[in-house]
Amino acid sequence: MTNRTPPPPHVIVIGNGMVGHRLVEQLRAQADVHTLRVTVVSEEPRLAYDRVHLSSHFDDPRPDLALATEAGYTESGVEVVYGKAEHVDLAARTVTVDGRTLPYDAAVFATGSIPFVPPLPGRFAKGVFVYRTLDDLDAIREAAAHATTGVVIGGGLLGLEAAGALRKLGLDTHVVEFAPHLMPAQLDAEGGATLRRTIEAMGIGVHVSKATTELTWNAAGRVSSLAFADGTTLETDLLVFSAGIRPRDDLARASGLDVGERGGIRIDDTGRTSDPHVYAVGECALHDGRIYGLVAPGYQMAKVTATNVLRELGVLSGEPAHFRGADLSTKLKLLGVEVGSFGDAKGVTPGSRSVSLSDNVRGTYSKVVLSPDGKAVLGGLLVGDTARYSDLLDLTLSGTPLTVPPETLIVPPLPGGAALPASADALICSCENVRTSAICSAIEGGARDVATLKKCTSAGTGCGGCVPSLHGLLQTELRRLGETVTNHVCEHYAYSRQELFDVIRVKGHTTWDEVLAAHGTGLGCEVCKPAVASILASLHNELIVKPQHAPLQDTNDAFLANIQKNGTYSVMPRVPGGEITAEGLIAIGAVAKKFGLYCKITGGQRIDLLGAHRDDLPAIWEDLIAAGFESGHAYGKSLRTVKSCVGSTWCRYGVQDSTSLAVRLELRYRGLRSPHKLKSGVSGCTRECAEARSKDFGIIATEKGWNVYVGGNGGVTPKHAVLLAGDLSEDEVVTLLDRYLMFYVRTADRLQRTSTWLENLDGGLEYLKSVIMDDRLGLCAELEAEMARHVASYEDEWAAAVNDPSIRARFRTFVNSDARDDGVQWVDERGQIRPADYPQLTPLPMAGGDD
Amino acid sequence: MTLLPSAPPSSVQPTWTPVCALRDILPGLGVCALVRGEQVAVFHVAGQVYAVGNRDPYTGANVMSRGLTGSYTRSGETRVKVASPLLKHAFDLETGESLDDPATALPTYPVRVEGGDVWIGSAV
Repeated sequence: MTNRTPPPPHVIVIGNGMVGHRLVEQLRAQADVHTLRVTVVSEEPRLAYDRVHLSSHFDDPRPDLALATEAGYTESGVEVVYGKAEHVDLAARTVTVDGRTLPYDAAVFATGSIPFVPPLPGRFAKGVFVYRTLDDLDAIREAAAHATTGVVIGGGLLGLEAAGALRKLGLDTHVVEFAPHLMPAQLDAEGGATLRRTIEAMGIGVHVSKATTELTWNAAGRVSSLAFADGTTLETDLLVFSAGIRPRDDLARASGLDVGERGGIRIDDTGRTSDPHVYAVGECALHDGRIYGLVAPGYQMAKVTATNVLRELGVLSGEPAHFRGADLSTKLKLLGVEVGSFGDAKGVTPGSRSVSLSDNVRGTYSKVVLSPDGKAVLGGLLVGDTARYSDLLDLTLSGTPLTVPPETLIVPPLPGGAALPASADALICSCENVRTSAICSAIEGGARDVATLKKCTSAGTGCGGCVPSLHGLLQTELRRLGETVTNHVCEHYAYSRQELFDVIRVKGHTTWDEVLAAHGTGLGCEVCKPAVASILASLHNELIVKPQHAPLQDTNDAFLANIQKNGTYSVMPRVPGGEITAEGLIAIGAVAKKFGLYCKITGGQRIDLLGAHRDDLPAIWEDLIAAGFESGHAYGKSLRTVKSCVGSTWCRYGVQDSTSLAVRLELRYRGLRSPHKLKSGVSGCTRECAEARSKDFGIIATEKGWNVYVGGNGGVTPKHAVLLAGDLSEDEVVTLLDRYLMFYVRTADRLQRTSTWLENLDGGLEYLKSVIMDDRLGLCAELEAEMARHVASYEDEWAAAVNDPSIRARFRTFVNSDARDDGVQWVDERGQIRPADYPQLTPLPMAGGDD
Repeated sequence: MTLLPSAPPSSVQPTWTPVCALRDILPGLGVCALVRGEQVAVFHVAGQVYAVGNRDPYTGANVMSRGLTGSYTRSGETRVKVASPLLKHAFDLETGESLDDPATALPTYPVRVEGGDVWIGSAV
């Protein structure tokens, strides 16, 4: 070989904290070992670990906080040099580590920051610590074993975190803050005061407006007390400084790079320092006069810088990336207290107004900062309850004009959920224009069930969409009137759906006849039959079209398609995750053309084929099955769709592969019978193009993995899903969803959506978390096993129906004729068929009668 | 088995049409038969056979044979019903009467089961 390949360009990353590690990941994601050489200089003997969750180092069992491992780096061809970088020669482009000189094509400072320790007398006494590294924490733990009191200097984020840790170690704990209130960087005075009350109620001492002047120590050289400027003192035998950070810029400064007056390596929007081949990221970098002490902006810098380094080295082409500053909105749980701060939280925008609500009883404080005209939310604060954080952050970031009075944004929802609508006389049934007051007077007048309510108010007799609200209102009113409220499925079973589920499971019934004989009366009805059918299907997953199950199925399940207004059906093949090939599209189109069907793309990323005659259904399925499709279960109370965006595969914003996850979830949960239909969505980034938060379960990608949201829906009463868990791996998502879905399937009421189920769950989201995340009831393994059984027993219902002549025979329109239904007539609209309007159907001579 | 749940007045002789074998109707379910140009929903419920018009008067669609059957209690008496699959309006299977509105009813037909075959008479 005469043509020698030149060695790939070399990047040296100085520092291996969270941001330095993220930078390495970003580089490696875009350039392999043949196109880029990467060396990491790590001063600590251990590689990058999760500093955000540092305090969990005190938990038992101690979690593994490592983000990077030696093996992982070796595998991806990243060299690690342990040691302190001593010198950077900008002209020669070399870094010296422990006497070794390493040449670079580009260098990145990721040296982070060091805790600020004010120059107080006594700061070198024994028992004085900072809260920064795992070694610091080990030292604190050791010292705490011989201490009774601990003080943290600094009432900011990290200080409170440290206070929580000292309390966990069993110390009598105090927090000392120089500012007049806690978390001065994030909170206003009232927010700080609310937080203080809650923290004091936990037994932690809070001392604000305290300037520490001196530390004293005892004969053993150990810290013994603090003296303040106001003459007071506080005794302690352990002290932690958490009074802010200072960027580590000494190496950069010595190398001749530009640094800020108060420290920090100056960088421009591309992450570059004053030297064109040197970059800086994270807490050592000064961007636009600002040092960011949070990890998220650091990650953004890492992403931008990685792209620009690769461009400079000719590995990537395209436009440079830019860092334009970061949104500092944060939501966290400090000592169990939820704190959220977003946008212009302190109202520094000239002319801004604010609305706030402080509740000393609940220990909550909420504030929204509004634009001068009061039309837009600029920011806000939430202390004690951050349930609305995401919604308010959305409002802030999107700049959506307010359509409601601003105070409604911060008033907590009525206790016990709101079966009673917010307005005393809300419109319940929009088809018939019936209001709450009419329903309530009917109930007071003696109506005791939904059927009677329908009859005497005509509410719910139109589209029927308000029937669940009617039911809820009836229950609420009856309870208000002091009457016994039954939750019986119907007159044939004196059980709720959940009770019925339990009794069927425990007794092991497999058929309707057994269930009715043992627990029911009469012949059943259109309410209990589908409910029992669903329970049997959830438990045993037998084909619903089997003869013993067929009489229980509502027409959609009986004919495995959706009945439409004129008695024809629509057919919807499954398109997992909405991903479909050109061949698949052509095949669906060919079927539609052959059988004269109307086509519509649905909101759930499916192609709906409408206007199918009942007797054509098996032939339609045969063609679809031959093209590789299966039933989409659009007819069942079952998993309908897992919608997705194109995610990181295609999208410039995507951070995870949402399509692959959506396909995986859809295939896993297809055919799962549930109390209500289930929809899901997976979004590849927070832009949320899959609208995952309006679904029964939604998954949204984060930089670290996936956030899982539950309990959302569209429909008559739309609900945004709420966060169940964050930053999960794909497998963790699947396990959690297995448990969530099975727990819902087992315990929800008939036709109860996940949102209502969650609202009515005693203890709500926290209870759900305790059951499916902390395994409080010891059910997790069983729930997972049940889902595994479901997955293993899945069978395509269309194929089963097509292949069984006795089932296929049920699809004939007439038992004694091959004629078609003369009541089905079409008119043309926009080039396709649609049902002729009833009752203007043309009387047609019947074709092919039997006599 | 001979069943005449809704017998015609004796002075009128219905015209009988055989439509299917009883075993063609799964217990609890219905089928639709074309009888002299009319769509008739025929149900096999709890050992009895019932026949009503197939057209749902509330929607105009020919769907009653696809309804779910069941029972309900009226004045202490257990009666059989069918609920339309479209908007779930329920009808008494014997009388055809709507349970939501006494003024609305499905036509009913005499039924006879003979030698395992189901016969439908002309509407009454």
